[in-house]
Amino acid sequence: MKIGNLIGVAGASIFKNKMRTLLTMLGIIIGVSAVIVMVAIGAGAQGQIERQIQNLGTNMLVVTPGSTATGGVSLGGQSGSGLTVEDAEVLSSQSFLLSGVSPVISTFSQAVGGTGNWRAPILGVDVDYQVIRDWDVVQGEFFDETDVRTIRREVVLGNTVAENLFPNGDAVGQQLRLRDVPMTIVGVLEAKGQTAEGSDQDDVILVPYTTVQNRLAGRQFVSQILASAYSSDDVPAAQAEIQAILRDTHGLAPNEADDFTVRDQGELADAAQETTQVMTLLLAAIASISLLVGGIGIMNIMLVSVTERTREIGLRLALGAYGSDVMKQFLVESVVMSLFGGLTGVGIGYASSAAIATFTGWSTAVSVPTVLLALGFAGAVGVFFGFYPAKRAASLDPIEALRYE
Amino acid sequence: MTRPAPLGAPVIEARGLERVFQMGGTEVRALRGVDLTVGRGEMLAVMGASGSGKSTLMNILGCLDRPTAGSYALDGVSVEGLSKNQLADIRNQRLGFVFQGFNLLPRTSALENVELPLLYDRSERELDTKGLAAAALERVGLADRMDHDPAELSGGQQQRVAIARALVTKPSLVLADEPTGNLDTHTTMEIMALFQELNAEGVTLLIVTHEPEISRYTQRIVELRDGRIIHDGPVRERGHALTDLQARADLEPASAR
Repeated sequence: MKIGNLIGVAGASIFKNKMRTLLTMLGIIIGVSAVIVMVAIGAGAQGQIERQIQNLGTNMLVVTPGSTATGGVSLGGQSGSGLTVEDAEVLSSQSFLLSGVSPVISTFSQAVGGTGNWRAPILGVDVDYQVIRDWDVVQGEFFDETDVRTIRREVVLGNTVAENLFPNGDAVGQQLRLRDVPMTIVGVLEAKGQTAEGSDQDDVILVPYTTVQNRLAGRQFVSQILASAYSSDDVPAAQAEIQAILRDTHGLAPNEADDFTVRDQGELADAAQETTQVMTLLLAAIASISLLVGGIGIMNIMLVSVTERTREIGLRLALGAYGSDVMKQFLVESVVMSLFGGLTGVGIGYASSAAIATFTGWSTAVSVPTVLLALGFAGAVGVFFGFYPAKRAASLDPIEALRYE
Repeated sequence: MTRPAPLGAPVIEARGLERVFQMGGTEVRALRGVDLTVGRGEMLAVMGASGSGKSTLMNILGCLDRPTAGSYALDGVSVEGLSKNQLADIRNQRLGFVFQGFNLLPRTSALENVELPLLYDRSERELDTKGLAAAALERVGLADRMDHDPAELSGGQQQRVAIARALVTKPSLVLADEPTGNLDTHTTMEIMALFQELNAEGVTLLIVTHEPEISRYTQRIVELRDGRIIHDGPVRERGHALTDLQARADLEPASAR
């Protein structure tokens, strides 16, 4: 049978029985749209979690002083005071792979101003800190390089501090005293929330590190250096680069261990990624089951259809159709219905994802591979579940089939 | 695909046809040695009570079934040893079928129904399937009903569509199985008139029936009983369906129509 005729015959059969076609397709429509929506929600959640990880810092690397040992007694991590502001400056000037470097000098102080006083961690940082932590300023602005160089007495408040001292939200421009040193509030940071360990990231006061050194702590040692790579792919190389530069700066012999540690956020990101991937997979698995059920629905109706059309099949065989023609006709019908159902399902799934995103505020993402996969799967379901009914139709005896009532 | 018919060969040449069915443990011998030769242009009736084997014979002559023993050549081509698909090609190109129940595809126009056998044509020739189907429908007098579904046609018209479908491939033989079994007397005669017309144009027709009134319009009657031919002879007073129809119309007032 010519391929054009085959498609014509199968197409006619599909369009002349609209109700049956619709019922057959329903399972696939629901299955495919379920897959699309579920995967879209999963992918949306994944995207959200990725953004939250980014929120911790863009491709951030943390350099901390290494352990020091006195007479064979190791004092544990971060016991040394081996990192200096100069280290940060060297890193900043010598590295190729780092988009930002900032020393962090931390101290504590009672902050007095606004409606009262508040004890908060003070972080002496460089301008890059804002970029590295990917931390937006919601009011005012972050201090700039000039402020740092000229040791300005300026602070940027974390959200918690701002809310407690200036509940009216008019912090910017006001004065604040840290250890009796008056400071001007130039900005308020966006709320970041808690860290995984439960400490409040917003309970912080950022001050130019020069100001902390000269006015508040007087220390040359920094508690950590934050740096960020240009992209997440660069993180391992950047890590190695930091190591090389610092070893050189610290004058370490090749047999000496590092007196500092460089860490990235990779582990956390990996764990979170894995969690969402498992979740997406789970959602897809559940949705696939509905696609499978849809496929069984196709087989069911195709089987009924073969029985119902026994006389038609007998007639076609009598008029000269080969068993293979009848088989192909039923297979094409099944595949066309699955694919058409699949396309409809994609449309409905797409619309539903958009609706869910609008009404719940979840971010959903319909990806092209998912759509293609769902369509491909729908087609495969059509072939797989259409095969048995088609085989049965093809093996009918024309005499029996013509006599069938 | 099928071999060309030798010129002058009879359309049907069957020798010693036997057909045995296994029904559970018992053997049912539906045909017990049937010899039948049908020449080109013949119109014959195969008659017999139910169980006489006429359906079995029809199935074998229609290449839908194979004899247990004996030989059968259609158009001089032996069908012995042909595969299922080769038989399908023979049915498609050399045979036309007319059934008692019409067997038209529902929700499918008359034209598309008639076109159906051409869609299964496997010869490489280019066919104007729509044009051929339209011509066949015109031939049976349904030029103005081509776009109608079977549900919109009367029984007689449906059977005309079926006849057009049987003719569209220009077969060597048209097999009609109780073609008027579902029709009233008047329509029966109309259909028989059409058959006689077609026969006059050279179509070879084999009609299976149990009604003597039908067989009257053929040229030759073959009667079966218990799987054997008990009578094979020409019709003595052949009826002319069209004349009879006109006679009926004259007898009955116009209101009966």
